[in-house]
Amino acid sequence: MPDSPALEISGLVKRYGGRAVVDGLDLVARPGEVTAVLGPNGAGKTTTIECCEGLRQADEGTVRVLGRDPLVDAAELRPRVGVMLQDGGLPTGIRAQDMLAHVARMYADPRDLGELTERLGLGSFGRTTVRRLSGGQRQRLALAAAIVGRPELVFLDEPSAGMDPQSRHAVWDLVRELRDEGVAVVLTTHLMDEAEDLADHVAVIDQGRVIAQGSVRDLVSDGDDHTLRLDASPGLDLGAALGDGLAVTEPSPGSYVVVGAVGPTTVAALTAWLAERDVLATRLTVGRRTLEDVFLDLTGRQLR
Amino acid sequence: MTTTTHAGAAPTWRRVLAQTDFEARAILRNGEQLLVTIIVPVLVLIGLTQVDVLDIDTDGMSAIDFFTPGVLALAVMTSSFTSQAIASAFDRRNGVLRLLSTTPLGRGGLLIGKIAGVLVVGTVQVLVIGLTAVLLGWRPDALGVLLAIVAMLLGAAAFTSLALLVAGTLRAEAVLAVANLALLLLALGGGVIVPADRLPGPLEHLALLLPSGALGEAMRQAFQHGSLPAWSVVVLVGWTAALGWGAARLFRWH
Repeated sequence: MPDSPALEISGLVKRYGGRAVVDGLDLVARPGEVTAVLGPNGAGKTTTIECCEGLRQADEGTVRVLGRDPLVDAAELRPRVGVMLQDGGLPTGIRAQDMLAHVARMYADPRDLGELTERLGLGSFGRTTVRRLSGGQRQRLALAAAIVGRPELVFLDEPSAGMDPQSRHAVWDLVRELRDEGVAVVLTTHLMDEAEDLADHVAVIDQGRVIAQGSVRDLVSDGDDHTLRLDASPGLDLGAALGDGLAVTEPSPGSYVVVGAVGPTTVAALTAWLAERDVLATRLTVGRRTLEDVFLDLTGRQLR
Repeated sequence: MTTTTHAGAAPTWRRVLAQTDFEARAILRNGEQLLVTIIVPVLVLIGLTQVDVLDIDTDGMSAIDFFTPGVLALAVMTSSFTSQAIASAFDRRNGVLRLLSTTPLGRGGLLIGKIAGVLVVGTVQVLVIGLTAVLLGWRPDALGVLLAIVAMLLGAAAFTSLALLVAGTLRAEAVLAVANLALLLLALGGGVIVPADRLPGPLEHLALLLPSGALGEAMRQAFQHGSLPAWSVVVLVGWTAALGWGAARLFRWH
């Protein structure tokens, strides 16, 4: 069944002390695709993933990993599912290369360690104890441990946290390669560029539910809508200048965002209106919405 | 734990062996763990037998015959309780237990590997301490050695259960304090090195009910009288059952 999903979550509920951290979540991830679970801190990303990894028991709903129950069929699933935990989970008193070799011993046919070491640049710190590794080095080692057993499905919980740009790109390349080999990759992130660059499918979750999902293209394109950004003096009534059909906001004083059917006439009308008032636009850009715009629209701009 | 090997996983025995090796090395490579499991017991043995630190009636035995069984009991407590509790508590805090449990090793394999790792460390301890004692004039008989091995296995079971109970329920820093303090208190007043019948007042009766006192008595009886006291066996098995049940129910992986 090539089309059967690698992961199928329906109606997942997980409560901690009566409070629902995951609250009726549905998600599907397919082989040969990267599924990004995007959400602010505390949205329930890690808890959801841990229910799939067999580390937590769901209170309600069903989770099917490769068609199996992650708790009941744990022994069968463990060799087929790779896991990279958010906090690493690496023993600290051991050398990096010994850690990877140890995890490899759990599998019948592990990946070639030399090749994996080369691929993720682990060689430069193979003989260093895990305790002394930088955050990015630990993340790369944890990723290597997650995929050393040739999994069909991998869960990567914030794989790029603490990584320098070089490490990040090495990791992204590897994730794309896994996808091309037919592996189902499920990653959580709150990095927009990570989701935008890597994901075939994005699920935005907030307060324990999926509030939007689809391809990045589906999520960012809203018909012919564009976003116009303008920096000028604060307090201008741009709404009056542009008329109906466009949403104008001033997220910070003097910075305006116009969303809607922005066309050539919109720009002409706006600049003419500014010229009449002798106001200089110090910046004016028009573009498609980014995933970050969508994300902030969906989850709000308040700090939490 | 299932004994079926699923596609993609290494055979069960290889996974458990790998984890045993991993656990034993982690302890024997760590300076503090080596200090508490090997160096301290050896120093205690030398101190008690070569220097008159404890003014105690040895029932006409030489100091080495009198004290070596208790020092071996102490060594079992350091590896199966103190060292195991601290290592597991920090592994739990750092997510190591969770990560390893998602590999084909699983929770069952992890547990068996830990217990087997303790036994490997225990074997190294017994060899080092035993040989040191032999060099100092200790001459145990074969029956005593055999019975002592049974006693040490029972003791290791009880103290490993206690280690996993505290490691799985308390914060890592608290485990560090509790494990060291408990070792010190039990070593001094728990009937390990000083026999329970030499302890003051109610401690004598209390010590015999503790796993430490039961292990200490069993070791002394084994080496000094060639027998295993039934009471000690009952106490150790009882503690293992109670603590193991508690650990299985209360252990938190997160």
